[in-house]
Amino acid sequence: MDLNKKSALVTGASRGLGRALAEQLAAAGARVVLVARSQAELERVAQSIRDAGGEAHALAFDVSRKDDIHRLAGAAAALVGPIDLLIHNASRLGPTPLRLLLDTECEDLSNVLEANLVGPFRLSRALAGSMALRKTGTIVHVSSDASVNAYPRWGAYAVSKAALDHLSRLWAAELAERGVRVLSVDPGEMDTAMHRQALPDADATALARPDAVAARIVELLHDERVPSGSRVEAQNWKAA
Amino acid sequence: MAASARALSPALPQPPAALRPATAPQPGFHPERLLVIDPLTRRFGDYQIAELPALLGLGDALVVNDAATVPASLQVDAGLELRLVSWEEDESFRAVVFGAGDFRQPTEARAAPRRLLRGEQLRFTSELSATVVDVDTSEPRLVRLRFHSSGAALWRGLYRHGKPIQYAHAAAPWPLWDVQNRYAARPWAFELPSAGRPLTFELLFELEERGASLTHVTHAAGISSTGSPSLDARLPFPERYEVGTEAARVIARARRAGGRVIAAGTSVVRALETQAAPGGLVHAGSGETDLRVSRFYTPRVVDGLLTGLHEEGTSHFELLEAFAPRALLLRALGHAARTGYLQHEFGDSCLILAGSLLAPLAA
Repeated sequence: MDLNKKSALVTGASRGLGRALAEQLAAAGARVVLVARSQAELERVAQSIRDAGGEAHALAFDVSRKDDIHRLAGAAAALVGPIDLLIHNASRLGPTPLRLLLDTECEDLSNVLEANLVGPFRLSRALAGSMALRKTGTIVHVSSDASVNAYPRWGAYAVSKAALDHLSRLWAAELAERGVRVLSVDPGEMDTAMHRQALPDADATALARPDAVAARIVELLHDERVPSGSRVEAQNWKAA
Repeated sequence: MAASARALSPALPQPPAALRPATAPQPGFHPERLLVIDPLTRRFGDYQIAELPALLGLGDALVVNDAATVPASLQVDAGLELRLVSWEEDESFRAVVFGAGDFRQPTEARAAPRRLLRGEQLRFTSELSATVVDVDTSEPRLVRLRFHSSGAALWRGLYRHGKPIQYAHAAAPWPLWDVQNRYAARPWAFELPSAGRPLTFELLFELEERGASLTHVTHAAGISSTGSPSLDARLPFPERYEVGTEAARVIARARRAGGRVIAAGTSVVRALETQAAPGGLVHAGSGETDLRVSRFYTPRVVDGLLTGLHEEGTSHFELLEAFAPRALLLRALGHAARTGYLQHEFGDSCLILAGSLLAPLAA
């Protein structure tokens, strides 16, 4: 897709990969709505994008709350028009240090699913209908290698990402004839606050920079040859 | 259900009955009724909304209003509520002022609000406040507001503080989620454009698979009742609309195929008729419309209308009279009331389309 003047919504946009994506989409000419829970942090990112000449709007809402979904969807469309590109980047690990399943509270699993799986479903439900009606649009789910590998202690998060990958495939299958492209992207291990929270002792120099991963995802958006429904590894994917 | 099994148009006059209201959203799929009125054969019949794709034909175009619904009811304090009714180009809003009470009282039974003055500051929450920049000279309950914030701060404030406009037939407060159509995008509507509410994607996709086409306009559907008879007489207020190039193209293609244009909702009728071009076509364009559609108006673009059930005496009923004779409408609505059709946002639907009951419905 050509990003110039397109309306984009990025969740989890106050830091890490979400922030890098918002910055690069705005630099490519997109009109970007940034969503995260913390207004102050989000507004600083939006301001720095505007200072660099981009269009950015900060909407502090919580994607895991059903009541917030149409609030943020409506406010976003008021600011930038019908959404062309939706990036589900926000996610939660659950309690850290990460726990064995036998030590995981049921409520913690529910909360992680609510934020990482049900939240993205609800937000797509609010925005993809307009995409199907207009026969255009792209939805990206940010996944994890934990969705395909059974790493001990990553239970709640890994389960949410495995289900998110399948949700991505299902949206793609149902919207195949409707002009809406749906992808899942595994960003690989990145040097982010979330990674430090999960694995405080990891060697940061061995991790990918969020900027570099965001650049790969932007390339993927431009390359229409990667078919809808694909699950793509950001590090290993090559332009066809 | 086979067409032959339907009871069409009872011939004998029946005593008048009132339509019952649907009081709450119905979760999930449930059988919703569709009253089909055919002004050509002067007949009407009972269908289900799921049968809509079969009632429309190859080449027809269904036009929906993709406006999302703003939570347009803003409370200042227990004695003062403002309901936004339009969003002007200059980012000011027009609003109608209500006194003490809430949606549970009929609007006409609400206490009169105190008179707002030009220049008065209204504080809704710590993050949302506005100045009254204009008060209508003949109707002091109609004011124009300028919020003190703009952009993301304004919309975040409106969405955090505002509640959907509701009326006394509602059983409980409605979540914002329940007053959005499935394809809604820009928040231009101040009340749910409810003709689109029963349209599931199952139904819309089937419609396309049967060779009809689907397109949209955006129309700022305003409020349906102000509580003041003289202000109600001015409804609908001028409303913003946009008819895109895609809608113009789809309608032109329908015309070439000999198809008909069916508007999902009275707001779609206003937008399309305002942009009417010769030959049943429309020009793409946007603006504000004060078009009043009634029995004195002959539609130039719209052949048929999907809508809710509207009682005599409302501006919506007046609009229906542009599509079917009054006597037929009253006969059909009397039947609907007697047989338990529900009205309002979450109620049943009505399709007025010439020739719709000519041929038996294909299975």
